[in-house]
Amino acid sequence: MNLLDKVWIVPAIMAASFLLILFFGKRAGTKATAGLGIAAVSVCLVFSVVVAGQWINRVNHPPTGEKLAEDIRQANGLTPQTPEAVESEANAATHDAGQTVDQGSSSGSEHGAAATGAAEGESAAAPLAATEQPATPTAEGSTSAEGEHGAEHESVPPVVRTVTWFEIGPIHFELGTLVDGLSAMMLVTVCIISLLVHIYSTEYLHGDVRFTHYYAFLSLFTASMLFYVISSNTLQMLVGWELVGLCSFALIGHWWEEKNNTDAALKAFLTNRVGDMGLIIGVTITFFAAGATSFNVLHINEYALSGGANTTLLLVGALCLFGGVTSKSGQFPLHTWLPDAMAGPTPVSALIHAATMVVAGVYLIARLYAVFFQGLGIGSSSLHYVAFIGGFTTVMGGVLAFVQTDLKKVLAYSTISQLGYMVMALGVGAWTAGVFHLFTHAFFKACLFLGAGSVSHACHHTFDMREMGGLRKHMKSTHATFAIASLALAGIVPLAGFWSKDEILAGAQQGQRNAYTLMLVFGLITAFMTAAYMGRAYWMTFWGEYRGHGTPHESPKVITVPLWVLAICAIFLGFLNFPARFFGLELPSGVTTRFEHFVEPTFAFPQIEHPTFTPWLAVLSTVLAVAGIATAYLYFEKNKGPHGLTHRSGAARAGYTFLENKYYLDTLYTDIIAADTKGPLARAAYWFNQNVLDGIVDGAATVSKKVARFVYRDVDQLVVDGVVNGSGLVSEESGQFLRRMQTGKVQQYAAILFAGVVVLAGVLVFVV
Amino acid sequence: MLVNQFLFLGAVLFCIGVYGVLARRNAVLVLMSIELVLNAVNINLVAFGAMWHATDPANLSGQVFALFVIAVAAAEVGVGLALVLMIYRNRQSIDLDEVDLLKG
Repeated sequence: MNLLDKVWIVPAIMAASFLLILFFGKRAGTKATAGLGIAAVSVCLVFSVVVAGQWINRVNHPPTGEKLAEDIRQANGLTPQTPEAVESEANAATHDAGQTVDQGSSSGSEHGAAATGAAEGESAAAPLAATEQPATPTAEGSTSAEGEHGAEHESVPPVVRTVTWFEIGPIHFELGTLVDGLSAMMLVTVCIISLLVHIYSTEYLHGDVRFTHYYAFLSLFTASMLFYVISSNTLQMLVGWELVGLCSFALIGHWWEEKNNTDAALKAFLTNRVGDMGLIIGVTITFFAAGATSFNVLHINEYALSGGANTTLLLVGALCLFGGVTSKSGQFPLHTWLPDAMAGPTPVSALIHAATMVVAGVYLIARLYAVFFQGLGIGSSSLHYVAFIGGFTTVMGGVLAFVQTDLKKVLAYSTISQLGYMVMALGVGAWTAGVFHLFTHAFFKACLFLGAGSVSHACHHTFDMREMGGLRKHMKSTHATFAIASLALAGIVPLAGFWSKDEILAGAQQGQRNAYTLMLVFGLITAFMTAAYMGRAYWMTFWGEYRGHGTPHESPKVITVPLWVLAICAIFLGFLNFPARFFGLELPSGVTTRFEHFVEPTFAFPQIEHPTFTPWLAVLSTVLAVAGIATAYLYFEKNKGPHGLTHRSGAARAGYTFLENKYYLDTLYTDIIAADTKGPLARAAYWFNQNVLDGIVDGAATVSKKVARFVYRDVDQLVVDGVVNGSGLVSEESGQFLRRMQTGKVQQYAAILFAGVVVLAGVLVFVV
Repeated sequence: MLVNQFLFLGAVLFCIGVYGVLARRNAVLVLMSIELVLNAVNINLVAFGAMWHATDPANLSGQVFALFVIAVAAAEVGVGLALVLMIYRNRQSIDLDEVDLLKG
């Protein structure tokens, strides 16, 4: 079975699981509920792995000829056309891999013209054929199936399958699936983490009041995320995006009996709403920028690359879309919801607020990369908006992680920082590096969160690191996996984080046309800080003396096994994108940069420079990470260095307070922006209500009252009732008069008859 | 032949009949008066019929029409007497002034 065609099954299974749990979960009991959820995710994971495998097979053996043309036709979501037009489109598509297409790319009208006249199509194909690269798509496919590093591989169109949802005039609104390396990677990642979280939650939420509610939303969340990553058009992505936001809201507020939790859920939802407005506007703008014919992402991408697109529209569209990214992926200044979102159950934090949902924004940039690339001029302009926001976020989040005493909040700020890393990577044009970091980060961050949950499980449900300490003796598995994941996050060779982080740094250092020195500095600072704050969290939690109550105990297997799975992933997954040259070590091209080879799109994708492994940078970042760990060790474990600075120095105290209050951003939002707008706004609204609205309403009421009174008194009572009563009266009177004639005496009737006859006879005789 | 005498006789009979119909209170007498009215008409019909017959021997329509009237009068008296009998049975009286159930 070709699952690439039928990938919609995967989210459908999770949606079915959601409905089943929702309707029958309470009756079936917690065991059946959890079992159903786990079974559904397992099936999805198997399917996702099959999808990924089939995609790898497709890249290795790309379709040719008729099949290629058919796939390209469906990928662009275009109406049937002549073979010549398809051929020219296929030629243009192969060029996408090698160079930016200047002409002949898809605009709706062009294809319409090509479809009507075959001759026209041929003439369009001719110049393209002349400029075509020496190798035909077919030959290229067979020769470079193994894929050399550095060389651009042939264009492998994504598998797009759509059905028409509805039509308005010439615009088809479609529902469809799009499978390429990126979405296959996301499918697998989401399913693995979701499965582990499902398993882990059976213990973590054991005996919870709303166990079925929790599992139902876990299923719905997984379904939405899977739906989001396989969407073929921006409208569908919007739906998936909002659905994951909704699930996030429901799960953060899972324990809604406490006001803090509901506040956090509301904050997350409302903050996301700010960005979602940007996303909706961005989707609309990109739709119009791409010729107002289709929401298809590949169509939009190709149009953005075609050179015929309106750059102003693209710029505005990309900025609006980035607004959505800013809120969902916790970028400055809309990151404030993410630390508060830690109010939800820990497995949810691992699944939603570290590994999958928050990367939806990063995924959006990666998916619509051509729009961002062209619109914001990545690699060409001096306005490095995306890269700067990412870089700034990464440093800012990292600094905040130092002042947190809540273990989960340290991880939350770390997540913000790492998301900033990914966005920065995409902003400097290092697409693969950013997506690869998304991939590796998902595993070690999920591991860290689940580890934090395990610690809290052991320490009477506290996350306060001041009440922990010395846990390494009591919780061997949790300690080991936490250490591994921390090292991976810090970027120590050869764990997963090292490879992805190093690629990002190399991307910033080499850049596209010019280097991004500022981003490189941001990246290096963060490399040091990440190691240091993770070291702080690690030593505070696992070393020293136990400071809490009771005796901590190791969590059961159902918690430690997922931790080990994730830790093993954190160790080995970095090798998926092993660089081609590593300190003089050159492995065969069949095993290096596999991630880039299979995941990076080759269809409707801008031409980007791939950073190569830079030894001095790798050494420098590793040294910085080790220095960070060493600093943390000396400061927090050995108690060396300037302790008590905040007590002695006013400046240090001020800085600490500034950080503790999270740069006063929350104060800015709630106390200044919200408070200062809601007072005058409310007063103005009240005045408007009292004077204008009430005036209109009261006036309307008075007028209608007067009119009604006139109508009642003069029209209804006098005229209408007069007519009705009058007619009644007249009939009665005439009846009264006539009844006197009705004597019932036959002879009177006969007399009248006779009189009448006499009169008639008289008339006959004398008148006629 | 003169029809004046016949017409005069018919007019007198008619007037007597009408008077009887309007003035008598006894239902049987009213019916008898109706007979007088009808027969007055019959005399007129026969008289005019005889006058026509003198000039046109084939024309007997006056006499024939008189026969029809006699037949209808017989039927009318049959029904009328039956009504009167029923009224008498119900009310022990045939005074027409008392039969005023249709009074408005």
